[in-house]
Amino acid sequence: MSVVAIKDVTKRFEETTALQSIDLEIEPGEFVSLIGPSGCGKSTLLRIIGDLIEPTSGTAAVNGKPARQARIDRDYGIVFQDAVLYDWRTVAKNIALPLELAGWDRGRRTAKVKEMLELVELSGFESHYPWQLSGGMQQRVSIARALSFDPALLLMDEPFGALDEMTRERLNMELLQIWEASGSTVVFVTHSIAEAVFLSTRVVVMSPRPGRISNVIPIDLPQPRTATTREEPRFFELVTEVREALHLGHDLERAPA
Amino acid sequence: MSTTPAAVQPVPRGGMTRLVGRRLVDWLPAVVVLVGVIALWEGLIRALDVQAFLLPKPSEISRTLWDTRHELWAAGWFTFQEALGGFLLGSGLAILVALVLARWRILGAAFLPFAIAANAIPIIAFAPITNTWFSPLNKSSKIVIAAILCFFPVLVNTLRGLTSVNPRALELMHSYAAGETEIFRRVRIPTALPFIFTGLKVATVLAMIGAVVGEYFGGALNALGVLILTRARVFQFDEAWAGIVVACLMGLVLYLGVVALERATLRWVPSTSE
Amino acid sequence: MRRGAGRLLLFVLVLAVLWGLWEGYRWLWMREAWTWPFIVNGTSMPHLHSIFGALWSSARPGGVGPRLVTLLFHSALFTAKEAAVGFALGAVLGFTLGAFLAHFRILSRGFLPWVVASQTVPILVVAPMVVVWLNPKLPTRFQDWGAVAVIAAYLTFFPVTINTIRGLHSADRRALELMRSYAAGNWRILWKLRFPAALPYIFAALKVSATASVVGAIIGELPSSIQDGLGGQIINYSQYYTTQPTGLWATNVVAAALGITFFLVILVTEKLVVRRAPENFA
Repeated sequence: MSVVAIKDVTKRFEETTALQSIDLEIEPGEFVSLIGPSGCGKSTLLRIIGDLIEPTSGTAAVNGKPARQARIDRDYGIVFQDAVLYDWRTVAKNIALPLELAGWDRGRRTAKVKEMLELVELSGFESHYPWQLSGGMQQRVSIARALSFDPALLLMDEPFGALDEMTRERLNMELLQIWEASGSTVVFVTHSIAEAVFLSTRVVVMSPRPGRISNVIPIDLPQPRTATTREEPRFFELVTEVREALHLGHDLERAPA
Repeated sequence: MSTTPAAVQPVPRGGMTRLVGRRLVDWLPAVVVLVGVIALWEGLIRALDVQAFLLPKPSEISRTLWDTRHELWAAGWFTFQEALGGFLLGSGLAILVALVLARWRILGAAFLPFAIAANAIPIIAFAPITNTWFSPLNKSSKIVIAAILCFFPVLVNTLRGLTSVNPRALELMHSYAAGETEIFRRVRIPTALPFIFTGLKVATVLAMIGAVVGEYFGGALNALGVLILTRARVFQFDEAWAGIVVACLMGLVLYLGVVALERATLRWVPSTSE
Repeated sequence: MRRGAGRLLLFVLVLAVLWGLWEGYRWLWMREAWTWPFIVNGTSMPHLHSIFGALWSSARPGGVGPRLVTLLFHSALFTAKEAAVGFALGAVLGFTLGAFLAHFRILSRGFLPWVVASQTVPILVVAPMVVVWLNPKLPTRFQDWGAVAVIAAYLTFFPVTINTIRGLHSADRRALELMRSYAAGNWRILWKLRFPAALPYIFAALKVSATASVVGAIIGELPSSIQDGLGGQIINYSQYYTTQPTGLWATNVVAAALGITFFLVILVTEKLVVRRAPENFA
């Protein structure tokens, strides 16, 4: 059973068609990146999966249920580009937020928070406030929070977009380790071709106006990925493939009908 | 891979410093200015021999302050109670109403223009009417004026705070399938706190003014506003000024009270300064 | 266009609800003869339509002479003049002081707390002394109303000062760096970057000050026993309250209208002058 099943989803905003007849299936354990230029609808698609936006037509199913039910059952965790931590809560209380809402008791919450902090290598920062942390650290807290209730699905909307390249590469590695350790499925929106190729098992290339999937490229790089993966010839080939797919989508859009 | 934490350590703040928010050194320039102004005031009056009864020397005022301290203290306390009562009543009501208006948006949208317009009305003109409702000698008439004065600024500020939440934070809560009440408790109210305190600080000033000015339209003999006015009418300006000083002090106490409460509550803001 | 009509409808609806609340409260309290918080009768809470009726009918009892609304309108105009002059004075002063203090940080540390403290002085109480002291010093044409304008200015300058400082400091650091990269001098930076960035803050203060000026003018008139303004009318009608309660209420209505008018002028000016991204409203 697919974790995510998008069937013929279309989304219109006023006069713009953000998404047109999208079909996508994601199997458990995959790491799927959505990549494309601005306006291709990748963030919209992510939000439809998360039932934060409703499609104009078509169906979105998560874990075999309608997306709405999946959201109510808290089947997924979401990470935004901006860490969206609550200023008035410590790191520990920020991570515990979804757990509080799910009604966990204090003991269980504390234990889980500790586990999560170890996972993202921020042990010892429980009582810090968000303003005391760097951007990369805040993002790690955001990831810890998203994973705190062990969701099957992780939705990430350009989570490392605001960080510098070196922090980004380091967090990419950490994310892969977390992905492996937790066995969850990840849908990852990004602008960066290298990041998409490095992280994913599949790269979904999208193009705008109207937003649609123009290509799906399987990434057959060996697992687990390491720091040297970026230096292999196959990596460069795949990056080129993705880049050309992006250009193709772009050219199709510009070519006379 | 090592992760060198780039965390920022908070400035250690103990007790009083935390409450007042700044080290004593920071206050130095202000103190210098105060001393300077007082000295200048005293000096100019001596030098220019300004008619004493219009603008008494600071030394005279302080002497009068000391001499009439019992009367002033009693009057000040009387009026302070009016101000405090009005402040608590008006602010409390305003926060409640703001919560209601933010929760049921349609009400908020409907009433907000009225709240903003009401804020533009000279409320103090209402004082003679409240004096008719409650006897002028009664504290209640001034409490009502002070409360009305405090109500609108606190309402407008609180409402702004409750409705200026980061849309991403709301998306996050929706992803947790959190209900409106939860969102209120965990996101809107904490976001609104700094705004509420801004409103409260404005309200302290208004409460004091409402109480004293309200008394002008009629009040008990042992009330501060009445005292100041009656002294001014018989040209005992040093006593009138002494009364004004007491009024200022009372207002300042109220203001600092709110500031202390703010620092105790908003521990999570890096610098809770204006 | 439809949204505008909807808004108008909502506005009228709320107005009707408020009217209903007033009359309803009045009816209920009179019927049940409740005495808390205060006794309700024709004197303490006249019918709203009586108040408007009184406005429209003659000011003097007996039905001769000009309408009350005309009389009050002229009083309002008088008060408006005092308030407007005071407002302009206070605003200019506040802006200048604010710009000064924003630029010289050390001055700001010294003066700011006292600027704040100055606001705890109950203005009315200073008013008689200010008026007595100032009046003889003013040229004849400025007497009486001039001193009241000073009161209004006093009430205006504080919010404008504080907000000017905040506004001038609110310029984004990166925007400043950009200006420096263009080798723009301090004045240029002030004019092209800091000042536009400060405008929203300054307008917020002006909105508050507009109202404060009207209040200041009304209050300032009281001790000076100036008959021509709204303050004088308030004293006048509060003396006749038991026999003619509608007069005082009517004066309050006119005073309210004056305050709102001042506020609207600033609001409209702001909409014309300032164009900025809408704040989060979520």
